[in-house]
Amino acid sequence: MYGKIHSLVSYSNVDGPGIRYVVFMQGCNLRCKYCHNPDTWNINTENKVKVDELVEKIVRCKDYLTSSNGGVTFSGGEPLLQVEFLTEVSKRLREKNIHIAIDTSGNVDVTEKVKELLEYVDLVLLDIKEMSRYKHFNLTGSYNDRIFKFLEYLGKINKSIWIRHVYIPGLTNPLDLCNEDIKKIKSIQKVEILPYHELGKYKWIELGLKYELDDISIPKDEECKVLSEKIFKYIKE
Amino acid sequence: MFEDKLNSWEGFQKGNWAREINVREFIQKNYNEYIGDESFLSAPTERTKKLWNKVYNLMQEEQANNGVLSVDTDLICDITSHDAGYIDKDLEIIVGLQTDKPLKRAILPFGGIRIVEKALEENGCKLDDNIMEIFTKYRKTHNQGVYDVYTSDMKKARKSGIITGLPDSYGRGRIIGDYRRVALYGVDILMQDKNQQLQELELDNITEDIIRLREEITEQIHALKELKVMASKYGMDISNPAKDSKEAIQWTYFAYLAAIKEQNGAAMSIGRITTFLDIYIERDLKNNVITEEIAQEYMDDLVIKLRMVRFLRTKDYNDIFAGDPNWVTESIGGLVSGGNSLVTKNSFRILHTLYNLGPAPEPNLTVLWSNNLPDNFKKYCSKVSIETSAVQYENDDLMSEYYGDDYSIACCVSAMKTGKQMQFFGARCNVAKALLYAINRGKDEISGEQIAPITPEIHGEYLDYDDIIERLDNMFDFIARLYINTLNVIHYMHDKYSYERLQMALHDKDVHRTMACGIAGLSVLVDSLSAIKNAKVKCIKDERGIVTDFEVEGDFPCFGNDDDRADDIALKVQKMFMEKLRKHATYRNAEHTMSVLTITSNVVYGEKTGSTPDGRKKGVPFAPGANPMYNREKHGIIAANNSVAKLDYDESKDGISYTFSIVPNNIGNTLEEKKDNLKIILDSYFKSGGQHININIIDREVLIDAMEHPEKYPQLTIRVSGYAVNFVKLSKKHQLDIISRTFHN
Repeated sequence: MYGKIHSLVSYSNVDGPGIRYVVFMQGCNLRCKYCHNPDTWNINTENKVKVDELVEKIVRCKDYLTSSNGGVTFSGGEPLLQVEFLTEVSKRLREKNIHIAIDTSGNVDVTEKVKELLEYVDLVLLDIKEMSRYKHFNLTGSYNDRIFKFLEYLGKINKSIWIRHVYIPGLTNPLDLCNEDIKKIKSIQKVEILPYHELGKYKWIELGLKYELDDISIPKDEECKVLSEKIFKYIKE
Repeated sequence: MFEDKLNSWEGFQKGNWAREINVREFIQKNYNEYIGDESFLSAPTERTKKLWNKVYNLMQEEQANNGVLSVDTDLICDITSHDAGYIDKDLEIIVGLQTDKPLKRAILPFGGIRIVEKALEENGCKLDDNIMEIFTKYRKTHNQGVYDVYTSDMKKARKSGIITGLPDSYGRGRIIGDYRRVALYGVDILMQDKNQQLQELELDNITEDIIRLREEITEQIHALKELKVMASKYGMDISNPAKDSKEAIQWTYFAYLAAIKEQNGAAMSIGRITTFLDIYIERDLKNNVITEEIAQEYMDDLVIKLRMVRFLRTKDYNDIFAGDPNWVTESIGGLVSGGNSLVTKNSFRILHTLYNLGPAPEPNLTVLWSNNLPDNFKKYCSKVSIETSAVQYENDDLMSEYYGDDYSIACCVSAMKTGKQMQFFGARCNVAKALLYAINRGKDEISGEQIAPITPEIHGEYLDYDDIIERLDNMFDFIARLYINTLNVIHYMHDKYSYERLQMALHDKDVHRTMACGIAGLSVLVDSLSAIKNAKVKCIKDERGIVTDFEVEGDFPCFGNDDDRADDIALKVQKMFMEKLRKHATYRNAEHTMSVLTITSNVVYGEKTGSTPDGRKKGVPFAPGANPMYNREKHGIIAANNSVAKLDYDESKDGISYTFSIVPNNIGNTLEEKKDNLKIILDSYFKSGGQHININIIDREVLIDAMEHPEKYPQLTIRVSGYAVNFVKLSKKHQLDIISRTFHN
């Protein structure tokens, strides 16, 4: 079985706890206006990797990952678009005691296959783009109904969750996360408000796409940290 | 039993070390492992600050004066040549300078007179006529000896740059006297031991080997006598063992000072003195003779001296070894074979000098890392690296298998048993150029000159992997033979005309010697072969019919991505070249070894090498040491580390250098997180078999700013291949090279 991947990064300290091996999967069903990886949107790619091959690559880095209480993170793109591949890889990594996280928008149906994958996943980094249904559509090209169903399911199976949200001043309001639907999910362990940045802008230009966002002020790290703590406190109260 | 006339050994646990020269056993029986944290350390005293400030100002003055403060022109430097020199006599605790004035450079003509003449000229000075006459008319130099014997092939190879950096006109260095012996035994016992060795050599058959050894030992005894004279100029009698920590530090330093007065070797390591000295410091602390503050003051003072080591170099030399380095390498930590660590409080103190005096490239602080080092020490090392980028790390778990538990690092990555082993430094062969010679039928791609024997023409425009491997194999045969022969000539002559009397006096009688060859351009060669194998490589010939460029069609795996398709090629060529070297007889039956190390010469090598099949263009720098080529590491830190760690230490026992640069944010957010992550990176890299790693934790923007505003960063230190440099002292070319390297982010 093959996975379609965008790239592999053997070291990251920003994609979950500890040192992470990050597998950027190809393909996405959202079209976020601020996406910094638009080159992962199209699922048709030549860059394929076999289950065995990927597992071996990750296992070779195991010392770094496990001794830092880190592991592997499947990101993208939207990793859940290749759920069967992910399940196979995750099964194998679980045998090697490697911690598994998925970084997802949650914009998929909770199918039996997704449920099976989640059995092998230790942590879900759930990227909530926008709370309002209408604004979500405007920002990503899709409504957020499925995302909340996905979140609800994670809560039901008590899966560890980190809520992530990109703060785009003037466009998103992180404090919207202070919401009863989120508060009721008890397995949320962390909230990360990430500052909007324009480091992916050049990729839009390379791909011949028009980058619509303009004149956005970049939030300070400190501000995002304060917001993260405030929201987490609200959720846990 | 040696006689301890002054009861200097009182309180020490006795053993064989009191009957024979055996510093290792003395350490093992008497040191105190320290597993605590750094909270005991002392800040610099007012005296230390005042003294360092004076030296610092002199160094600024030196920097402003084209890197040389002042220089002798009419005094041949040897152990006793100069009167006592001081920075400020009243402020100094540990004394001794190479010349009569701080930072004044001496002339050491025994390696070669022309080079001294040239270096002086480049600094606007003129060599004294008498000295010129002595070394041209009456006394032959090492350099003259070498050129008397060099064959035409050797001269051509040297000129074309297939083999460069050869120590044929300056001191070979990379020899480490066991300077601790002078403190532990005093000079008289050492002389007694050497006289005993001479007696043992009163044999029935006095053959050439015995004659040479008898002459050498006699020279060693002369040097020891001179060492005593040198110390007496500073009002000290070092005949007997050192009585306390101050004397132990002072005498160890005197021994080192005598070595650098006699030899201007490229790398003049100090060895492994920290834990040894801790034994004396602990005894004094226990007896309430000194306080922790004073102990730190002693170490600060010693380090100030080690930062002041200076040699007179030419501009050409600085192009290869940029930033005026001396590799005053001190090896810290490590484990007792199969036991506790050799970490002591003094291991912390010497690292702490980077705070008390600010960061600096010298001494070249090298931590011998083991997974079993005390956790507190590991964390402290990580902190120091994060805050200074001035430390390098080497894998003790790997090297102790080969060298036991009392080895030191010469230069950057070359391990040797202290006082028992030495190397014949052999610089390096440019293996990327060797590939071009294989393609160009033995002709140099730049000069067009026929350097290696002519081989049949390559058929067709495209390169075939098997054919190229066969050609490379033949080329390696030729180069390896020429290389070993050249080194044989150099070291024969160095022994003859510029023998390291004092350093060898601090060695055992029967020394194990290695012929330390080296390679540069490994990742260029590997990626080129990978391109030939996995993509299509078309040759482009110029009007001379020489292939000077390549067109690459298709993708190919590169070294540095933990991809066996490329990494296996690296292992293959590493072994291939090493096996060729082993085929040729060496001077004094030295054991063949090889390093994968460039120092900063990766820039010069790149400059002198044409375009290569990996897509690298003519003149573009190589990656340093065993590093993957810049920006070809597509899968991040761990994958790159894994590729380098795969290289086989058995085939490169002279060391495999790797420089790792990362932006601070990528190692962690808080200092605690950064410390933990760096510790994990080191543990994991070494566990996977890596031998050496330089750690730089710095933002590229800081370097760019330092290039534009050097005055803002006088002490900015950065690790390059196997050593550290003061960034602002580098040439623009070297600065740009460092900035263009991969910074993981």
